[in-house]
Amino acid sequence: MTEIIDTLREPWTFEFMQRALIVAVIIGVVSAVVGSFMILKGMAFIGDALPHASFGGVAVAFVIGANLQLGAAVAAILVAFAIGFIGKRGVVRYDTAIGIMFIAGFALGILIISREEGYVVDLFSFVFGNVLSVSWTDVWITAGLGAFVLTIVALFYKELLFTAYDPSMAAASGIPVNAAQYGLLFLIAITVVIALQVMGIVLVLAMLVAPAATAQLLTRRLPAMMGLGAVFGIASAVIGLYAAWYADVSASASIVLTATAMFVLAFLFSPSTGLLRQTQWAQETPVEVPDS
Amino acid sequence: MSSEATQVPAVDVSHLSAGYNGQAALDDVTFTVEKGCLAGLVGPNGSGKSTLIKVIMGLMKPWSGAVKVSGASVKAGAASIGYAPQSELVDWSFPVTVEDVVLMGRYGKIGLVRRPGREDRDIALRSLERVNLAQFRRRRVGELSGGQQRRVLIARALAQEADLILLDEPLAGLDAAAQHDLLRLLEDLRKEDRTLFVATHDLSCVASDFDHAVLLNKRVVAFGRPKDVFTADLLAEAFQRHLLVLPGGDRTLVGP
Repeated sequence: MTEIIDTLREPWTFEFMQRALIVAVIIGVVSAVVGSFMILKGMAFIGDALPHASFGGVAVAFVIGANLQLGAAVAAILVAFAIGFIGKRGVVRYDTAIGIMFIAGFALGILIISREEGYVVDLFSFVFGNVLSVSWTDVWITAGLGAFVLTIVALFYKELLFTAYDPSMAAASGIPVNAAQYGLLFLIAITVVIALQVMGIVLVLAMLVAPAATAQLLTRRLPAMMGLGAVFGIASAVIGLYAAWYADVSASASIVLTATAMFVLAFLFSPSTGLLRQTQWAQETPVEVPDS
Repeated sequence: MSSEATQVPAVDVSHLSAGYNGQAALDDVTFTVEKGCLAGLVGPNGSGKSTLIKVIMGLMKPWSGAVKVSGASVKAGAASIGYAPQSELVDWSFPVTVEDVVLMGRYGKIGLVRRPGREDRDIALRSLERVNLAQFRRRRVGELSGGQQRRVLIARALAQEADLILLDEPLAGLDAAAQHDLLRLLEDLRKEDRTLFVATHDLSCVASDFDHAVLLNKRVVAFGRPKDVFTADLLAEAFQRHLLVLPGGDRTLVGP
């Protein structure tokens, strides 16, 4: 028994693992809440676009010697608003606007880095993420930004919900729909920035999408979806870090794969929408073939 | 009812023009809808029905002309007009319950940041009772039948406590029984002194059951009592093809 407890406790006796756990848990919760709105609006592509585009901001910040995370934040917010603006003009589709903006930001990053001498370690940690190298300053920034995002969602939940569900009706009712739509893009950008340094550009999207999508299969209301999504986000963080510790593999990758595994399980076994249940139902009620 | 109250129309549209990117969708549209009546807005596809609804709701600025609702100009967000959108425009897979959707009818009156209170919940519940859906209030909206979903949208419009309710294609895609039930509901609501303005493609239904009709094709071809509006000549002018009008007992059939 004590052996099991020791096994469970061992990783957390190290301070860098404690920091990793705190940050990963905050990212899991915030991503699930913001990601719920994102996947319901079919905006998952934005969750992929912003981290890539912010790489341009990181590179610029690196060259001018500014804080890298600040560079990522500025780029993510600018690109989020640009996507919103171009999409609203209605001349090109949203996904086209996103496709153009995010590759441009990423290409800018590569362009700048190609001018730098040698291997730029700091920048590559943004590409692949590094949960195990977060500092206490990173922890506090993450906690502060995470609390900010959750507070905004709690305060303006009614406006965000109505705008996401039925924008024209919301506008007719006097809800500031424009502010709510740009606000959601802003919250997604902040969430991306929080998750970026830890998860890496490529894996941020998975944290935004997978826990919320898993919860969607198992819940009927948005608040429950967000809550359960947060639980899945936390569970992914904890299980993923154990896997990283004992199997000596990438922490961000094992967190993401844990979240994905949960989605697959829910997809197969969900009591209402699960694949297995639906197949079973189909077998139980054979189609009656009329006599010819 | 005093004669003065009946003189102010529920909807008063005068010389209204509107459109998109320089293309006119409505051209010098003028008509009125009296208070407390069930009025139909009919016309072919692309005749400007949806644009007209947007302008009346204040969601779109007209190029020229004026819209008055109960004698007053419309401001976007005044929440003084109930609205039930086309069913296809509603995301039925969204994780909200029937009660959540109806409660949204209160959101405009609550104000920023504040949460719906007990009174808002009471009004939402009464609106649901009014359309006979109170027992389904905890269901997810996507689980209801097509006819029930239309009634949810009407309940949301009722929760807005508006005297004027605009309905965009509420009858489309329903089976005959569900259409009949919905029509009964609309007639009952009209008796409670509300004005219902319904955009629809169901000409026979407007001809037989409605008090008032507006025949639209970018401009108003005719408006008034259905028996005056649904004549072969006027319909041919609006739809650019010949339509049969068959009066028979208390029903009138209109079709190609």
